[in-house]
Amino acid sequence: MNAAPAHPVAAVPESAPARPPILSVDGLTVEIDGRYGAATIVDGISFHVAEGETLGVVGESGCGKSLSMMSLVGLLPNRIKVVGGSARFGGKDLIKASKRELRAIRGGEIGFVFQDPMTSLNPVMRIGEQLMEPLIYHRGMKRAEARKRAGDLLRLVGLPGAEARLDNYPHELSGGMRQRVMIAIGLACEPKLLIADEPTTALDVTIQAQIVDLVKSLKARLGMSVIWITHDLALLAGLVDRVMVLYAGTVAEDAPVDALYAEPLHPYTRGLLASIPKLTHEGDKAERLASIGGTPPEPGRRPKGCPFAPRCPARLAVCDDTMPPLLAAAGARPGHRVACHAVNGADRAIAAAEPAR
Amino acid sequence: MSLAEPTTTLPGAPEPILSIRGLVKHFNVRLGAFGERGATVHALDGITFDVFEGETLSLVGESGCGKSTAGTTVLRLQTPTAGEILYGGRDLAKLSEKELRPLRADLQIVFQDPYSTLNPRMTVGEELAAPILHHGHATRKTVAKVVEQLLADVGLPARFASRYPHELSGGQRQRVVIARALGCRPRFIVCDEAISALDVSVQAQIINLLQDLQEKYGLTYLFIAHDLAVVRHISTRVAVMYLGRFAELAPSEDLFRMPLHPYTRALLSAVPEADPVVERSRKRQILEGDVPSPLDPPPGCRFHTRCPMAQEICRSAVPEWREVRPNHHVACHFAGPDPAPGLPS
Repeated sequence: MNAAPAHPVAAVPESAPARPPILSVDGLTVEIDGRYGAATIVDGISFHVAEGETLGVVGESGCGKSLSMMSLVGLLPNRIKVVGGSARFGGKDLIKASKRELRAIRGGEIGFVFQDPMTSLNPVMRIGEQLMEPLIYHRGMKRAEARKRAGDLLRLVGLPGAEARLDNYPHELSGGMRQRVMIAIGLACEPKLLIADEPTTALDVTIQAQIVDLVKSLKARLGMSVIWITHDLALLAGLVDRVMVLYAGTVAEDAPVDALYAEPLHPYTRGLLASIPKLTHEGDKAERLASIGGTPPEPGRRPKGCPFAPRCPARLAVCDDTMPPLLAAAGARPGHRVACHAVNGADRAIAAAEPAR
Repeated sequence: MSLAEPTTTLPGAPEPILSIRGLVKHFNVRLGAFGERGATVHALDGITFDVFEGETLSLVGESGCGKSTAGTTVLRLQTPTAGEILYGGRDLAKLSEKELRPLRADLQIVFQDPYSTLNPRMTVGEELAAPILHHGHATRKTVAKVVEQLLADVGLPARFASRYPHELSGGQRQRVVIARALGCRPRFIVCDEAISALDVSVQAQIINLLQDLQEKYGLTYLFIAHDLAVVRHISTRVAVMYLGRFAELAPSEDLFRMPLHPYTRALLSAVPEADPVVERSRKRQILEGDVPSPLDPPPGCRFHTRCPMAQEICRSAVPEWREVRPNHHVACHFAGPDPAPGLPS
């Protein structure tokens, strides 16, 4: 299964203004109701995804990367709710959409692939049935037609045996095969947007390479947009067009992929990239890895100003009590935005805040 | 399975602290809805290697390759089906539980999940004191001082002794687990995916800590991991495992610069690099299919079902464990001293 070369897809310059956003999120805020009152998990994040674009969302556990994406489509656990913001998708605001409208969008116009195919697939349902379900529900297909399409989908995702697997149960497949089935379900209704939440984290690296290759080639063929959520910055490098770095529920940095890796601006992004050992790096064994001291703050205990300030090597006095806004970085490449007083200058932060108030 | 002669002796290297000879571990399992069928999992099928004093030997491979079984069997946390584990002139495989107990202090392990390896009802201080008292390294009166020193060694303040595990972050918990292992004054520590559950920014802290402690106390590590970039950073030597056997064993730099086994090359080529420019120009060799089941491993070379170079002989004959370059061992019928052409460098 040879993928269409990834190069032309990834190399489309970000500055090409042609592609309109299919998803625009503005000021999304998510809270959890805890024992000691409400705590903000996602703190007013704004971003967009262009048509045919792959956006990588990266951050450590608890930064809100999964919850922010799941909140767009009403897939939040109890006690967690969206308290502010909007998300324009196909002429609708997803945040204001009714349950019925969301049901029509989920699995229809927006497809999903989750991390753990063992718990996301129904263990007592044949995979054929699970593939046919969205086709019958969203596309109104007859069973025979849906079954034929289900077989086609399995062939599309390169599952060995394709049609013959329709009557298998999930436990009869390997981890990599189950993830292919998950992707087939996510793609069943030809969504405009595929949200992939750590789809390869539970897989071995050789299987991960297969899945990444598959998603890239499918994207090139079907022209959909993809949001890929992960904690792995190395994985995103060869996969996405743009990267959004989240820290403690806020956007730290948002940049075209080349700019982010070549010139990371936020001290957090710089720290993260420096702390990953390089496979091709022939270094001195005694060399120490750069590491970021401390740990991310828990929701409800976040500092008043920049959430990264307590761990930040570039911290200024202003960082402790004023949250830096996400601004286009001066002198950086187009589309490169960063939320940092030290990079943008605190005076710019104040100027940016004023007209809005 | 050959009980080949002791593998490597690094020039000028210290004595082996542990020598593993033909180690086999099979698990008998019951299959079918009512357990009506018996079967054998070939988790470890005859591995032979030495671990040298002060080195970090890494075991890498995909899930189910037997790397964790190797780690726990070497420590006799499981009884091997066959083979020898030579430590200090004795074969650990043949010792009774009672004879093993005094040796257990020397040979420690740090597991992946610091959440399940700490007792939620014990304070950090109690947790750390227990093995020290058990092995008689301190008395009830002096143990608090030792605990304080251990906490300092792993970069935690002394007040953490009165905390419970749930009050700590993942990285802090892993520091406590490492301190507990250190408390026994070990010579050898198995790190079984010890950093895999941690966030990237914390992972680097723990890697640095492990290296500092190794230097300070002259520790020897058997480092089991699947993150090859971390392995390259931390290892003296690296062994690549596939379905219960060694595919390749070499000094770290040699293995990463000049991998000789087709599986090692595929594994390295699958690892993403945090650089979009490198990623775009890279020629990736993607392996087809999955790892076969260890219940019924393929005959001959176990990798032949996925190997791009497989020939007739690979399907029938088990490849010999050969030293093709100095200290560079490989089990492949076709691997020569030079890397095959057309592969990613």
